[in-house]
Amino acid sequence: MTIDAWLTAAIADAERRGLPELKPLLETLARATRSLRAADFNDRADQPQVTSHGPQADHKPQAPS
Amino acid sequence: MMTIEEFGRRLRAREVTSAQVTNECLQRIEADNGRLNAFIRVTADQARRQAEEADRDLAAGRDRGPLHGVPISIKDLLDVRGLPTTAASHVRDGHVAARDATSIAHLRQAGAVFVGKTNLHEFAFGTTNEDSAFGVARNPHDPSRSPGGSSGGSAASVAAGMAFATIGTDTGGSIRIPAAACGIVGLKPSLGEVSIDGCVPLSATLDHIGPLTQTVADASLVYHALLGDGHVTPPVPLPLHGVRLAIPRGYFFDVLDDEVRARFEEAVGRLHGAGVRFDEIEIHHTADIAPVYLHIVLADAAAYHASALETMPERYTPNVRIRLEMGRYVLAEDYVRALAGRDALRRDVDAALAQHDALMLPTLPIPAPTIGAATVAVGSKTEPVRNVMLRLTQPFNVTGHPAISIPSGLTAAGLPCAVQLVGCRMQTDALLKVALACEPQIAAGPFPRSGNVGG
Repeated sequence: MTIDAWLTAAIADAERRGLPELKPLLETLARATRSLRAADFNDRADQPQVTSHGPQADHKPQAPS
Repeated sequence: MMTIEEFGRRLRAREVTSAQVTNECLQRIEADNGRLNAFIRVTADQARRQAEEADRDLAAGRDRGPLHGVPISIKDLLDVRGLPTTAASHVRDGHVAARDATSIAHLRQAGAVFVGKTNLHEFAFGTTNEDSAFGVARNPHDPSRSPGGSSGGSAASVAAGMAFATIGTDTGGSIRIPAAACGIVGLKPSLGEVSIDGCVPLSATLDHIGPLTQTVADASLVYHALLGDGHVTPPVPLPLHGVRLAIPRGYFFDVLDDEVRARFEEAVGRLHGAGVRFDEIEIHHTADIAPVYLHIVLADAAAYHASALETMPERYTPNVRIRLEMGRYVLAEDYVRALAGRDALRRDVDAALAQHDALMLPTLPIPAPTIGAATVAVGSKTEPVRNVMLRLTQPFNVTGHPAISIPSGLTAAGLPCAVQLVGCRMQTDALLKVALACEPQIAAGPFPRSGNVGG
């Protein structure tokens, strides 16, 4: 779902539920979601893998020597 | 007010009793709680009984360790058997805890005396303590200001001398923010160390339990008691010569009050003069911190509150209700992206710490805000209070690194400022050793001891 489609549906649902005051908060959330989706840590099926899975994801840091 | 360490020495030297200091705390509560609204429930009778039992036990040779007979307050988000856990909300009306939270059971075993349950931002979902079914908690340094949140009543109780220590929770900064605002020490241990069993959750992914105290040594004692290590002594501080601290510039200093910045730089100067080595570093993905945090905390909170939002929405305070409703619209795919972001940020902070004993940065970008303020001026900008208060603490809830806030002096108006040290994951004791070493330099300068502020 695109962010624009999600936001339109979310605002409509909030109004249907009698919560019009949610609109500015949902718009804030939409901006945060746009930023989250643009981040470089997201893996995408149509692009090379960017994150490490498996052991490195569970990497435990060592104490500084 | 004595520290826990001082009290322990004097208690065992028979110079003071638990009953005496417990009564003094209860007297301070009676004198000042009407003004500060730090407590939702005062358990005076129970506290007196516990204190008398602690004194009898010690006289009989039964010493339970550093918290023996120590008066402690508890955020009303944690279960204490036989008492309501209100979470500062009418949603919880009628609830009575059948048993202690695991962390509270550990404190009870350690001989702590429980003086009462403290006020908080409803369901710990806020940074100011303004939205509470039991009214606003106030800052002992200036009652027209917030004590910070969400553990605001907790911090106020220690700063005003109503308890020697308090137990708070921290999902985005709710131990460290009020500790900074009230001029005391606040420790968020490493994620997962202190059991959150028996704690009303805000976000099970990000929730931490930890102490707010007058000193780092006291924080160490209470932290170990929370873990169930009742007989541990404070760690030995590292020698300052050779301590390596990293200052993460950029994001962490972009939105900062001038006086908070000045107190921070003065602390850096004192530490440098005492032999600490500093490096300035950059942490990657800082622009992603708020979106990552927001998607995790909103979705986790919404999952917990969904049924109550349907059946009793009128029992929430309006601001908390509407923020919880926002979380019901987070998509699963975005929650998964936020978890990927958490892993990336965790690796970034691990890398920043690889060659250093700790990160050093301010805790709270502004002094305690005025109650009722929605925005605050920071330099030439106007910022939303909630966002700016979370800015420097929430990164380490996302990553799980242990972090401690230490008072670093006052503004010209007499409001506390604080420095935050962040250590390696699962190495809270190593962080405490660094904090113990740095505390005298960070806290240098005129600074009122707890119990000497306000009233």
